[in-house]
Amino acid sequence: MNEPNDEAAREPRVLGVPRMGLVLLVGVSGSGKSTFAAEHFGPTQVIGSDFCRGMVSDDENDQTATADAFALLGTIVDIRLRRGLLTVVDATNVQRKAREQLVRIAKDNNVLTTAIVLDVPEALARERNRTRADRDFGDHVIRRQRRDLKDGLKRMSREGIRKVFVLKGQEEIDTARIELERPWPDRTELTGPFDIIGDVHGCRSELETLLEELGYELRRDTEDRPVGARHPEGRTVVFVGDLVDRGPDSPGVLRLAMGMVADGDALCVPGNHENKLVRYLRTGKAQLTHGLAETVEQLGRETEEFRKRVLDFCDGLVSHLQLDGGNLVVAHAGLKEEYHGRASGRVRSFALYGETTGETDEFGLPVRLPWARDYRGKAMVVYGHVPTDKAEWLNRTICLDTGCVFGGKLTALRYPEREIVDVDAERTWYEPVRPLVENPPEADDRGPGQVIDINDVGVGDFHAGLFVETRYGTVRANSESTMAALEVMSRFSVDPRWLVYLPPTMAPAPTAADPALLEHPDEAFASFRASGVGQVICEEKHMGSRAVAVLCRDEAASRRFVPGELGTVYTRTGRAFFRDPAVQAEVVDRLRQAVTEAGLWDKLGTDWIALDGEMLPWSAKARSLIREQYASVGAAARASLPAASAALAAAAERGVDVGELAATVARRTDQTEAFSQVYRRYTWETEGADGLRYAPFALLASEGKEYTEADHLWHMGVAEQLAETGGMVQATRYLVVDTTDPGACAAAAAWWRDMVDRGGEGMVVKPLLGARAEGRKGLTQPGLKVRGPEYLRLIYGADYTDPERIAVLKDRKLGRKTGLAMREHKLGLEALARQAAGEPLWRVHEPVFAVLALETEPVDPRL
Amino acid sequence: MLLTITTTATPATDLGHLLHKHPDKAQSFEQSFGTAHVFYPEATEERCTAALLLEVDPQALLRSRTSVNTPDFALAQYVNDRPYASSSLFTVALGKVLRTAIRGVCESRPELARTPIPLELHLPAVPCRPGPEKARALFEPLGWTVAAEPVPLDPGLPGWGDSHYLSLTLTGTLRLSEALSHLYVLLPAMEGGHKHYWVDSTEIDKLLRAGGAPVDGIVNEEGEDGAGAGWLAGHPERGWITRRYLARREQYVRTALARLAESEDQAADPENGAENGAAAVVPRDPAVEEREPSLAEQRAGAIMAVLEAERATSVIDLGCGGGKLLERLVRDRTLERITGVDVHLGSLEAAHRRLCKGCHPDGGRRHRPLFADTSGGRGGSAERRPRPELLLGSVVYRDRRFQGHDAAVLMEVVEHLDPSRLAAMENVVFGDAAPRVVVVTTPNIEYNRHYEGLEEGAFRHADHRFEWTRAEFAAWTDRVAAEHGYTVRRLPVGPEHPETGAPTQMGVFTA
Repeated sequence: MNEPNDEAAREPRVLGVPRMGLVLLVGVSGSGKSTFAAEHFGPTQVIGSDFCRGMVSDDENDQTATADAFALLGTIVDIRLRRGLLTVVDATNVQRKAREQLVRIAKDNNVLTTAIVLDVPEALARERNRTRADRDFGDHVIRRQRRDLKDGLKRMSREGIRKVFVLKGQEEIDTARIELERPWPDRTELTGPFDIIGDVHGCRSELETLLEELGYELRRDTEDRPVGARHPEGRTVVFVGDLVDRGPDSPGVLRLAMGMVADGDALCVPGNHENKLVRYLRTGKAQLTHGLAETVEQLGRETEEFRKRVLDFCDGLVSHLQLDGGNLVVAHAGLKEEYHGRASGRVRSFALYGETTGETDEFGLPVRLPWARDYRGKAMVVYGHVPTDKAEWLNRTICLDTGCVFGGKLTALRYPEREIVDVDAERTWYEPVRPLVENPPEADDRGPGQVIDINDVGVGDFHAGLFVETRYGTVRANSESTMAALEVMSRFSVDPRWLVYLPPTMAPAPTAADPALLEHPDEAFASFRASGVGQVICEEKHMGSRAVAVLCRDEAASRRFVPGELGTVYTRTGRAFFRDPAVQAEVVDRLRQAVTEAGLWDKLGTDWIALDGEMLPWSAKARSLIREQYASVGAAARASLPAASAALAAAAERGVDVGELAATVARRTDQTEAFSQVYRRYTWETEGADGLRYAPFALLASEGKEYTEADHLWHMGVAEQLAETGGMVQATRYLVVDTTDPGACAAAAAWWRDMVDRGGEGMVVKPLLGARAEGRKGLTQPGLKVRGPEYLRLIYGADYTDPERIAVLKDRKLGRKTGLAMREHKLGLEALARQAAGEPLWRVHEPVFAVLALETEPVDPRL
Repeated sequence: MLLTITTTATPATDLGHLLHKHPDKAQSFEQSFGTAHVFYPEATEERCTAALLLEVDPQALLRSRTSVNTPDFALAQYVNDRPYASSSLFTVALGKVLRTAIRGVCESRPELARTPIPLELHLPAVPCRPGPEKARALFEPLGWTVAAEPVPLDPGLPGWGDSHYLSLTLTGTLRLSEALSHLYVLLPAMEGGHKHYWVDSTEIDKLLRAGGAPVDGIVNEEGEDGAGAGWLAGHPERGWITRRYLARREQYVRTALARLAESEDQAADPENGAENGAAAVVPRDPAVEEREPSLAEQRAGAIMAVLEAERATSVIDLGCGGGKLLERLVRDRTLERITGVDVHLGSLEAAHRRLCKGCHPDGGRRHRPLFADTSGGRGGSAERRPRPELLLGSVVYRDRRFQGHDAAVLMEVVEHLDPSRLAAMENVVFGDAAPRVVVVTTPNIEYNRHYEGLEEGAFRHADHRFEWTRAEFAAWTDRVAAEHGYTVRRLPVGPEHPETGAPTQMGVFTA
């Protein structure tokens, strides 16, 4: 596409430049490149050699810095092109070597290079250089540059530069206009909805059936052949390519597809079979293998004009399409993220054939590299090419080739609905080389979607930490915390496939106004009222250990987790709740039993569920903690305090004044007893699963669903249904409160008081509307805990109720804890949403891992 | 927390002189973490009892720390037994309030301070996990009659047994200063590694001084010629005491033990070299496996032999821990590239210290923080890779940084993974990193019966998730090899027993 354009143009020249690509300004010193660049491009788009020379030497004219300057320039260009930015290089670029280096960078980034040559008379350039004080080189330099340029002009298009524009003379330079062209694959303005159809391979009849199934109305020509199809709701078909070969009526498929494309009812990307057909039709040279013979034979019965249309159609197809604002990419053999929207031979080859190792398998078919397994892009990639028995999602990619021509199915994907629609093949039209049931060989128990990369959790190449995009903003876990979480997750957590969710930490209610208390319901109500939440639910806080239970109805359901295991119960940090696998299994069994008896499998239309709740008693999990940390304190106090009392009494007897100290010791004795009462209440004997009770307070998720939208009354209802089965599930007492009704608030406070006086831990106040409840400033805290004064002895020490001590403790600095609770809450919601959307394991694992990472961040553990 | 000191010397009230505290007054001494009170429940000519009662203010204890938002602040630091048990706080108070008495200084009754007197010391709650036997073993050699009764855990929790506290009564005729220095050293030792403050090297001096050994050439004031090295150097439990007192900070332990041995040399046995003394009483990690001192060495040796036989050109040590194998690998100059990976940052740092002669820009043998430069590769360009390269990573997360190595070693790693995570590890190591050679070692559980003290069915290390029989290991290695296109050979490591095989089994996978 060299455009020498020797005659002086009268019309202003319009230079079409790819919006994503490299532009080389070519011209001798003084040809006006910088002026031209400044006029036509943004300041950050232009990278000048002088600028880089200045950056590395503080002197834009220091020629000794040239090598370093060009190294820097190359680096900047590389980064910009990798990021898909238009990049203009303002350097003389008259020498082949300089251009080649830049063209290679563009090729590596799969973008096109355009050259704009500013060809000014030597005298003008010389004149300009003389007027510039900083250009002290001789005229011979310009003469040499012109000579290089002249040589180069003939050669440039052969150097891999896609377009070369030569602007001759100052007038043409001054009047030229740049028109940015978008890349061919860029059809991001099209938002669908789409029906993406897999490899048809000449199965015209099945295609007709599928289109009708999808709701399209077929249009037929006089010979009753379908030549178009339109959807009454304006949907658009996207063909993933391989319309032709092997099947019974490739011309018929082409006629229909070409008609639809012409009418604007369809888009189409080329498949490798179209590519080969083009070669055959153009040159007559191509091996008539892999079903091309059938097509050639069928096309032979068509008119020459039809064959010409087919050639034009297939030849004009763009390697891949970016649709719907970049959220959808369609390419015949799929496409890596770094190739989306790019144009190069490499991209085209990938889109048509995929990436192969160069080896072949036992059937003589190429061994493919698992690009989809490694895919981490945001865009959904829909493709065909590799026949599989079932269209399955893998990391936001899906292959729709279900081998219709081999007797499988013709499959379509509705976008954005993500629904699969398919029709069976009418017969086996072509014998497959390899049996169809080929689904990825590792699919059994650790399929390709189960791979989690170190970079997915923010620890890999750069310890940048983890940035999780949630529906409520980005949540960050820093580098140290992700490193710590990696260890816990690798060494102690249950299999990540079970970890659909980790419970967020919960903030306490703001510190109580009552001088004798740290926490009181009034502050929780006031807090929600102030954030615009009217209805709240107070749920009894069970004193046990947090436990998430994932339960499968049967072995079949467990396939999506860890095949062969029917469920698990894990702690708030993702560890198996029970160390003894037998107990773990027994508890899972009893909980599954409860779900079965409550009829929840059918009511929810699922074969697995995840519950969030509290496992009782506390001693089941915390036996050693109770012994070491709490009961030991009690034991030491019970041993010391009476001895101290006796010693003080004896001293007092002797007339020594120890009154105040004796009173303190007496008070400590009472406090110790009260302290011991607390942990004793949460302790009872269990034997295996016997004696354990589970109090669920939320149904987290089931197949394809999550329940954070449901209000808490619904969740309490589910818990009650489970509790009614009489098994180990226990219901939770609750009370709905209108935060704007002082009477109701007072009644709830009395309810709380009664509960904690009987030894309860306290309660949790939650917005009635559920986990996604929003207040004045968006998402609200999912709950605030209000713990009882006796329980808090475990947290703040037996003697915290001493007035001078409680006064000091009231300065609690809740901000950090509250912020942490909110960040973890967002992550929890995100994990469940991703799980429900059927996203790949690494996507669910990311927010789950981030919760664990945030939990390692230091925060006052008493809150 | 309470200590009562009773004497029946005549006149018993001279105890007041020895303690520098008047029997008819109750005195209070402010400490950074609370208040120490001294008073006398009884004070007659025949019998006099002084009581030291420490009131702890947890808030004050906290204030002396930086912030509750620090990583090492745990609830345990807040709700704990310090107000009631004879913990390290108590020892500090003892050292301060009764300092002159501990040093044996008594201007008004100098001869009394040097005279053994009948004493009874009582502490109602002494934390001592090793139990009453240990208390006897510690105090009896010093001339005490010991009554040590375990304190029940909780009358409200029947069946939970005793707590780890002892009600301790010591009776004997000793100098008061000696008696107090015994408490000063042995109470923290019995508590063991739970000090409320950071143990630094000055602790060594404190220990030695209290133990009666010369510090910096200054002999204790009470130390007369003949008593020379002090009671600690001659104590049969001195190794245990020193380790526990110094909160198991090994480096300090070694220094202290070496110095102790030196002082003993001077006083007692010139044959017994310092190094000997130190080495003899510092066993390595208590894991059973380490009782067989040569097995770890043999394992590393076998791995080196395999790598050499396979002509490996580069090696990645997955789960490198503190770098024992890396240390051998770096000595092999034929290896072009060596990488160590561990999931635990602390281990990597230990490996770094072991293998790096000093990388801090300020020189010396100091080091930069391992991942300060946020580039995971640590050390940038491929031409100047550090040797070894250390990476924080996990064998259950796929990691491209594992690729490009000729051989991978999993030395005693797989048994630390839950069985359900093995599949992920297999994918990461054999499937994705896919080096030409993979060497795996793991315990052979059949051999466990040769380990004394290892219960039937128990594993060699508390963190082992499983240990395989030879048949199980064979099945696993065969399956993994078949699935990932390797051939495998298995080799024994360590002394082979005709029935049980060798203690370690090794699988060598080659592509």
